[in-house]
Amino acid sequence: MPELLLSIRSLRTYFYTYAGVVKALDDVNFEIYRGEIFGLVGETGCGKSVTALSIMQLVPNPPGRIASGQILLEGEDLLKKGEEEMRKIRGAKISMVFQDPMTYINPVLTIGDQISEVILLHQDLRKEVLAIKIEELQRKLEKVEPTSGTARDFKSKIEELEKRMIDPPKPSKGDVKRAALKKTIETLKLVRMPYPERVVKQYPHELSGGMRQRAMIAMALSCGPSLLIADEATTALDVTIQAQILQLLNELKKEIGASILIITHDLGIVAEMCDRVGVMYAGVVVEYAGTKALFRKPLHPYTQGLLRSIPKLHKEMERLEIIPGSVPNLIYPPPGCRFHPRCPYVMEICKKERPPMFESEEEHFVACYLYGQGEN
Amino acid sequence: MKSQGWLQRWGPQLRELRFTIYLLRQSPLVVVGFILLASFILVAIFAPWIAPYGPEERVWTEPRQPPSWKHLFGTDTSGGDIFSRVIWGTRIDLAIALVVVLSAAAVGSAIGAVSGFKGGKIDEMLMRVTDVFLAFPALILAMAIAAALGRNLYNLTVALIVVWWPAYARLIRGQVLSEREKLYVEAARAAGASPTRIIFRHVLPNSIYPLLVNATLDLGGVILTAAGLSFIGFGAGAGVAEWGLMIADGRNYLFESPWMATFPGLAILLSSLSLNLVGDGLRDVLDPRLRR
Repeated sequence: MPELLLSIRSLRTYFYTYAGVVKALDDVNFEIYRGEIFGLVGETGCGKSVTALSIMQLVPNPPGRIASGQILLEGEDLLKKGEEEMRKIRGAKISMVFQDPMTYINPVLTIGDQISEVILLHQDLRKEVLAIKIEELQRKLEKVEPTSGTARDFKSKIEELEKRMIDPPKPSKGDVKRAALKKTIETLKLVRMPYPERVVKQYPHELSGGMRQRAMIAMALSCGPSLLIADEATTALDVTIQAQILQLLNELKKEIGASILIITHDLGIVAEMCDRVGVMYAGVVVEYAGTKALFRKPLHPYTQGLLRSIPKLHKEMERLEIIPGSVPNLIYPPPGCRFHPRCPYVMEICKKERPPMFESEEEHFVACYLYGQGEN
Repeated sequence: MKSQGWLQRWGPQLRELRFTIYLLRQSPLVVVGFILLASFILVAIFAPWIAPYGPEERVWTEPRQPPSWKHLFGTDTSGGDIFSRVIWGTRIDLAIALVVVLSAAAVGSAIGAVSGFKGGKIDEMLMRVTDVFLAFPALILAMAIAAALGRNLYNLTVALIVVWWPAYARLIRGQVLSEREKLYVEAARAAGASPTRIIFRHVLPNSIYPLLVNATLDLGGVILTAAGLSFIGFGAGAGVAEWGLMIADGRNYLFESPWMATFPGLAILLSSLSLNLVGDGLRDVLDPRLRR
């Protein structure tokens, strides 16, 4: 049984606007295990990004507010944490890669500055600083005559520094910056950035879109997070770069053992990448299951409609399949199941009561009365 | 090999600089402004070597002499050499302008940035305070403050800073308002940066360019206002080599000894003119739409 990393329980995020209360998330539940890739799919405006922002607690407030629920990261409720504590979690334990690498990087800072800023914010680099100093001395030692007095001096210095490794002294600002830059270059190497030593000195406009997205991923990974949220991370890239970035994420998952939450509207990405998927509709997770199970046998009528509406190459069709109707107004959502006005299998009970999650098959959950009975 | 690496590293910057200079040279007036400004700065730095007399040195036996080889711009009522005093005055007036604009810009942009970034009540409060300052006629307010604090150059500087910062606060607030919605701010938040850090490290550097232009243009304005305040007796104490005060001293002898007011007046005119021309040039160069 894999270890549970993040568990979201009956999360409700509301936006209080002049027109009324927008219930952007209304009872969202799902779980992410350590080391897995979880996909969250749904159409525009169904609350995928709000879920991500809620996890980070970056929902713009006002007008947004997390009304109730629990977000448990490694068993601790993030909603109970103060802003100060959250700031230490953001970027360190949970980090985020955004949609558009063009606008999500500050244009006036170099790539190196921006990534090392994150490292400086979250990491204690005293050991790294000391390690660099020892390394430098060793390099000097190699150059001098091994029997000479200077060599003995260097050796004793190295020994002294190694002794201090247990409780390293507070280094100077310049040393810390150097250590951070070294780590930055290492992280850039991790994301397969070409010429990392040169890139750290460059500004965002000097890089291509794919390189910028790599830089963003490096920034997100620089502190070894346990959860990486990729919010439409490949939507703004063209398909070849998209494939490269997805492959990179897949490799990185294995290398650093982080869980990844992929938020997308592209079912192709989900099928390719994810271990498990949650399907969102109008602020609710309507179905979640292993990727294979979901694609082989979608249960919820909405999921079925989504999969049907993917254009197929091998079938000749007059028109593309669509789901009739449109996304409901989230200020006045339909009573009962939110999908019932568009559902081809609608029953009386769907109009009155919200369907609970039924485990219709093992590890395959669906919120639909087709697969279970209500309490009465 | 090493020089090649150097060229590779700095080549693009050098090309950029050359392009900037090319852009500046497009307008002859801007070149004139830069030359004028450069000579004023040089004069201010090398004043002790250029000026034949000290700033408050008097040759009591030679009052109100017309310009001659001994006194290039003539002398004033107490026998002070106008040429030397104009040169020494460059130091004082440029320093006042620089200090006033720098401090006003620092204070103004800090307040404006916080106001724009935080929004809501804090914004409302800070902006109403700046409104109060802006509602006063600048010169009158500066006069009142300078008069209340007492007549000397430090108080004049303080008065001008108090009058000048609200304009910068407004300017930066507007910039920050548009800048804080940019997505890199959200990215910084998601990386765990604190609001203070986001304001001063991410947002402010992105909103500073219009301030740079405005500050350059304002340097001229400050010189003019400082001289004006000195002229009506709220600035430098009697005898100090300050342009406004020198004109004030000369105004009673405008017909008998016109050189007394003319030369310091010319200095004020040329220095503020040069700063205005340079400011215009900077605006053209820094505007990315004109640049590409």
